Amino acid sequence: MASQEQKNVSSRTEEEHVDEAPLPTPAPDSGAAQAATSGVDDLLDEIDGVLESNAEEFVRGFVQKGGQ
Amino acid sequence: MGAETEYGIHAPGGSSFNATWLSTQVVHAYSQETKQRAAAGGETRWDYTDEDPLADARGWSMPRNVAHPSQLTDNESELTAAQIALEGGETGDPSIPLMMNMVLGNGARLYVDHAHPEYSSPEVTNPLDAVRWDAAGDLVALAAVRRIAATPGLPEINLYKNNTDNKSVSYGSHENYLMPRHVPFKNIVSGLTPFFVTRAIMCGAGRVGLGQDGSGMGFQISQRADFFEAEVGLETTIRRPIINTRDEPHAVAEKYRRLHVIIGDANLSQVSNYLKFGTTALVLDMIEHGNAPELEFADPVSTLREISHDWQLQQTHLLRNGTRVSALDVQWLYLNAATAHAAANGSTDPTTGDSHTAALLAKWEEVLTALGNDPMSLASQLEWVAKLNLLQQYRARDKMAWNDPRLGLIDLQWSDVRPEKGLYYKLLQHGRMQRLVTDESIAAAVLAPPTDTRAYFRGRCIQEFGAHVVGASWDSVIFELPQLRRLQRVSTKEPLRGTHALTAGLFDANTGLADFLAQLLSGPH
Repeated sequence: MASQEQKNVSSRTEEEHVDEAPLPTPAPDSGAAQAATSGVDDLLDEIDGVLESNAEEFVRGFVQKGGQ
Repeated sequence: MGAETEYGIHAPGGSSFNATWLSTQVVHAYSQETKQRAAAGGETRWDYTDEDPLADARGWSMPRNVAHPSQLTDNESELTAAQIALEGGETGDPSIPLMMNMVLGNGARLYVDHAHPEYSSPEVTNPLDAVRWDAAGDLVALAAVRRIAATPGLPEINLYKNNTDNKSVSYGSHENYLMPRHVPFKNIVSGLTPFFVTRAIMCGAGRVGLGQDGSGMGFQISQRADFFEAEVGLETTIRRPIINTRDEPHAVAEKYRRLHVIIGDANLSQVSNYLKFGTTALVLDMIEHGNAPELEFADPVSTLREISHDWQLQQTHLLRNGTRVSALDVQWLYLNAATAHAAANGSTDPTTGDSHTAALLAKWEEVLTALGNDPMSLASQLEWVAKLNLLQQYRARDKMAWNDPRLGLIDLQWSDVRPEKGLYYKLLQHGRMQRLVTDESIAAAVLAPPTDTRAYFRGRCIQEFGAHVVGASWDSVIFELPQLRRLQRVSTKEPLRGTHALTAGLFDANTGLADFLAQLLSGPH
């Protein structure tokens, strides 16, 4: 299995050199993305802490005048 | 190309302030913040000479007396204390002149548009720079908010990079693309309409609520879709059209048109913003060369809305020829045509091509492929998916229905420009949103103009000679010469002149304004 992966990687090296994209596309933080529900819960806990306190009143108060 | 962002503005706490006065405080605060220009005599006035908001790209002009007052954008609005008092607002300290318009050292314009502060980015030549200088505007907005918070006597003012208050009002984030004048406008309409009707699946910002007043329960892909009521038209504030015909080129009118795009959502997600500018520019290039796909929706306006409401990407939509397609089908049609177009003109060639098209096509393909397999896999890339993912996590944890006010708050607070409050920024801080440009380069873009357009000239003029710039616009800079009793207007009607390559030497020679102008006006710049 491991050797097969190795082979795939090396056989693709040439191709990857050719279409090397100039755009920096860092992979999303895969650790965080794959983190179990605990990661999500921590994030939601943090967001709970910054959300405006009276949701209904705050949303109702956000009234805009017309724009383009 | 360039971006315009009207920010939602809110002073929480119950007191009702005049929205125009609040917006003016934002511009004023930023002028105070950038001490250089404030010390140099305050605002740079906008030069309205070449503005013509009633010129229609289809070849006629709307008479001023039938236009809606909000369409007369070439009248400088003088906000007086009396006007504000009439509208029931607070005027603040009357001894401080109200500042409504600035030209910034990065080549951008910051001003009060209707009842919102608006940042119009400097002109750029590629989609990564569009992302960079648009995001720089968010830092400008943040700096103004911070300044206001630190100023005694002013109310708390928050700014939101969104497009609706969910109470029937929408405000825009517009894109502008430079095009050759010779492309027939009807080709732009036919080539662009199916693309615009479907592109929200990549660049929608997501919205809680259905209908213009948001009273329908549910989530939709786009902030703006429900506010569009016409296929083609001149208006931007009423009867909004999918294709806007405003024909103010801000450049040599015989050679260029500026396509004014009003259908987009404001984007914080860099991937969505990048695809919005990049794919649209590429589609316009295909239209110019007669390579755009040919298809026509039976009812573009209602299809636009249906696609926005179909976040599970399940539906198909009727074409004029009687067949049905999904939004994704249409985007694949455009992508495949764009790939062939780019291969034929060499722009994706690894050695001779430009450095942007290949990467753009790769990202477009990656995103369409993932939308076909599992849209939620794009939660770190597309703005509407990221927002939906967060909302779904809340719904799962707290068993909330779509009309729960907390979901509405999450939607609103998503776009708060303050990184400690804005939920987009929270995800960014946690590495859950992909970056395409670095924070450092965005911070640099707050101060420095792009180097490869006339925005470089405009920005450097403000930086070097701000005290003597008495007016500026997209296609002019007006100087007041201390020794002469007259104004000198320098026209910048060629968008790709006034670049670093052409003018940096003149600025760096540091000769003083009189010699600078003498050399500029005698030379081939």
